[in-house]
Amino acid sequence: MSTSIRIGRRTVLAGAGGAAVAATLGRPAIAATKTFTVGVLGVLSGPDAAWGLVNKYCATATANMYNAAGGFPIGDDKYHLEVVPADTELDPKIAVAGAEKLTQQLGLRYVIGPNTDTGALSVAPVMNRSNTIFIPYAFSRQLYTPPAENAILGMIASYEAGPIIYKYLMQKRGVKSISFLASNEPDALDQQKQGVAAARKLNLKILSADATYQPSATDFFAVLSPLVRQKPDLIVFSGVAPATAPLLIKAARQLGYKGQLSTETAQNIKILQQGAGKYAEGFISVGGASTPAIESDYMTRFAKEYQKVAGEWDDEAGTKVYALEMILRTIAKAGPKALTDTTAFKAEMDSFEIANPFMKDHPPLRYVGTGYFQQKRQIGVPLVVNEVKNGSFQTLFVGFVS
Amino acid sequence: MTQILIDGCVLSANYALIALGITLIFSIINLLNFAHGELFMVGAFMVYYVYGVFHLPFVAGLVVAALVTAVIGALFEKFFFAPVMRSSTREENSMLLAVGTALLLDSVALFAFGHEQRGVPDVIPGVMQIAGGFLPYQRLLVLVVSLVLVGVLLWFVQYTRPGRAMRALAQDRDAARLMGVNVERTSMLGFAIGAALAGLAGGLLVTVQGISAGAGPAISIKAFIMIMIGGAGVVGGALLGAVVLGFAESIGYSLLPGSETYLLIFVALILFLIIRPQGIMGHPWG
Repeated sequence: MSTSIRIGRRTVLAGAGGAAVAATLGRPAIAATKTFTVGVLGVLSGPDAAWGLVNKYCATATANMYNAAGGFPIGDDKYHLEVVPADTELDPKIAVAGAEKLTQQLGLRYVIGPNTDTGALSVAPVMNRSNTIFIPYAFSRQLYTPPAENAILGMIASYEAGPIIYKYLMQKRGVKSISFLASNEPDALDQQKQGVAAARKLNLKILSADATYQPSATDFFAVLSPLVRQKPDLIVFSGVAPATAPLLIKAARQLGYKGQLSTETAQNIKILQQGAGKYAEGFISVGGASTPAIESDYMTRFAKEYQKVAGEWDDEAGTKVYALEMILRTIAKAGPKALTDTTAFKAEMDSFEIANPFMKDHPPLRYVGTGYFQQKRQIGVPLVVNEVKNGSFQTLFVGFVS
Repeated sequence: MTQILIDGCVLSANYALIALGITLIFSIINLLNFAHGELFMVGAFMVYYVYGVFHLPFVAGLVVAALVTAVIGALFEKFFFAPVMRSSTREENSMLLAVGTALLLDSVALFAFGHEQRGVPDVIPGVMQIAGGFLPYQRLLVLVVSLVLVGVLLWFVQYTRPGRAMRALAQDRDAARLMGVNVERTSMLGFAIGAALAGLAGGLLVTVQGISAGAGPAISIKAFIMIMIGGAGVVGGALLGAVVLGFAESIGYSLLPGSETYLLIFVALILFLIIRPQGIMGHPWG
C-alpha cells in the first residue's frame, strides 16, 4: 500500500455523503418496525475504561441520531438501532466470554471492538466460528491478513501513521535523532518496535529504542531523565494512553527538554490542557474526524449527540466515529441479506464507496488495506495529524491511507 | 547524579504519605486496607473539584480531601469493618471485605467522576535548577508539605492522648481496653486518620500526576510494597519503605531504561522477604 499525503483534496463525490445523511435524518420520524442490534466489546471498567467507553458512546450516539430520524433504512424497511455492550475488563478470558455472549447467546453478527491486540486476537476464533464481522482497535496484522477475513481495522495503525509523522518532522522541522518510550505492555511495546523499524528505514539516528515505564506509572521524572539527557530531536511516546500523555509531556518539559514530542495515538485536548497546560504546546498526535479544519456539519451534530450520551466530548471519539456508520452503510449497500449473513457484507467491501459524511469536503470513504493486509480490511479513515497550538489542536496535515 | 537524588527525594516523600496511612490502619485494627489507593483517588478528585473546577484555594481542596476521606474511612470502619471483625474469627473475612470496599469505591468513582483523566494547574509554576538537576516548584511544594504532614502525624501519635491510645491499641488491644482506652472510638479515629492521609496524599499529588477513577489499585500495590519492605504496622518502617522504593525507582530508571527496574525491584523484594519476611523494621511476632 502506498501511503500518501493529500492536502486540500477537493471532492470527487462532493456533498453526496452529507446530502445522503441529511436526507436520511431529515425524513419524518416514522417509527422503525424492525430492530438491528450491534455489539460493543471493549474495556468498559477499570483504569483503561476510556478506550471501550468511547466506542460504546460513539455507537450509541450514532444509533440515537438514526433512531430519532425514524430508524436506519435497509432495503424497504427502517431499522431501530440497538447497541449491546460487553465489558472485557482488559482481560482476554473475559473478552472471549463477552464475544461468546454477543455472538452465540444474542446471535449478533456485527461487533465493534475489542480495544487491544491481546483482546482482539483472543476473540478472533469466536468471531470466525460464527462468521461475525468485528472492528477491533488493535494493530496486529494477523487479524486482518488472509486467511482471517472477519476483522476490520477501525482506525489508522501506528505503523502507518509513524513513518508519515517522522518524515514530516524530518522535512519540516529538521529532526535527525529520535528516542522511543512505551508502556511495558504488549500493544505499546509492539508500537514502539514498529516505530523504531520505521525510523531506521528513514535513517533517523535512534538514541533510545527500548525505554519503557510501568503501565500503572504516574510519575515519569525518573523514567524520562536519562532520555532527556541524550537530547534527541524527537521523543515518541509509543501507544501512549490519553491519561498518560500529559504527565509524560509535563515531566519532559520540566526536565528541560526542548525538542519535539509526538505520538501515533489519538489524544484529548482537554486532558492535555488540564494535565500539562502550557507544556503541551507543540505536542503532535493523531486526530480524528472532529478536527475543526475538516469536520462536516454532520460531524458537528454527532459531537453534540455524543456530549448528550457521554456527558462531555472526547477528541478520541473523532477516531472511532466511523465504525457503526460503516457497518450500516455497507449493509445498506449489500442489502437486507447482510443483516444476518456477513458473507454478503464481505463481498460488498471491495467495491464499497461513499462520500465521507464526517469530513467537510466529503472525500470518498472506502475500505482499504490491500498493501498491508493483502485485502481490504481497514476503514479508510483519514490520517489527521494535529499539533497543540495556543491550547487547542491545529491540523498539521491530513493524509489518506489508500 | 543530582537528578537521581532529586527524583529519589521527591518520590520518597510522595510515597511516605501513602505508606503511613496504610500502616496506621494496619497497626491499629490489623487490617490490610485494599481500598487505600481508592481513598487516595477520592482525595485527589476532591482537590480537582475544589481547586481545579471551583477555583477555590488549594489549601481548601486539601482540607476537603482530608475531611471527606476521613469520613469515608470512619464510616467504613464503623459500619463495615467493626461488625465483621467482631463477629468473625477469620482474618481473611475482613481482608475480603477490604477488597469489596475497594471495588465499591472504584465503581462509585467511575460513575460519579467519569472515566477521564483529570488534572489541575500547578499551585506554584516554574522549575528550579540545582547543580544541573531540575526540580519543579510544585514538586518542591509537595515534598515540603509531605514532610510537614509526616512530622505532624508522628507528633500526634507520640505526644497526644488519642495518639497514645492508638499506640496502645496497636501493641495490645485487650490491654488497652483494660486500661480504659475506648477501643471502638480509637479504632474509628485511627481508620479515619489513615484514610485522611491517603486523601491528603492524593490531593497533593493530583497537582503532579493528575487522577482518574481507575488509579486506585496501582497506588494500593505500591503501598503494599512499601510496607512489605519497611515492616507492616511500624511507622518508621513505612517511612523507610517509602525511601527505599523511591530511590530504587530513581536509580533503577536512570541506569536501566527498560522494564528491568520493576523486575529487579520485585525480584529483590521476593529475595528480601525470604530472608526477612517481617520487613526491615517489623517484628517476627507480628
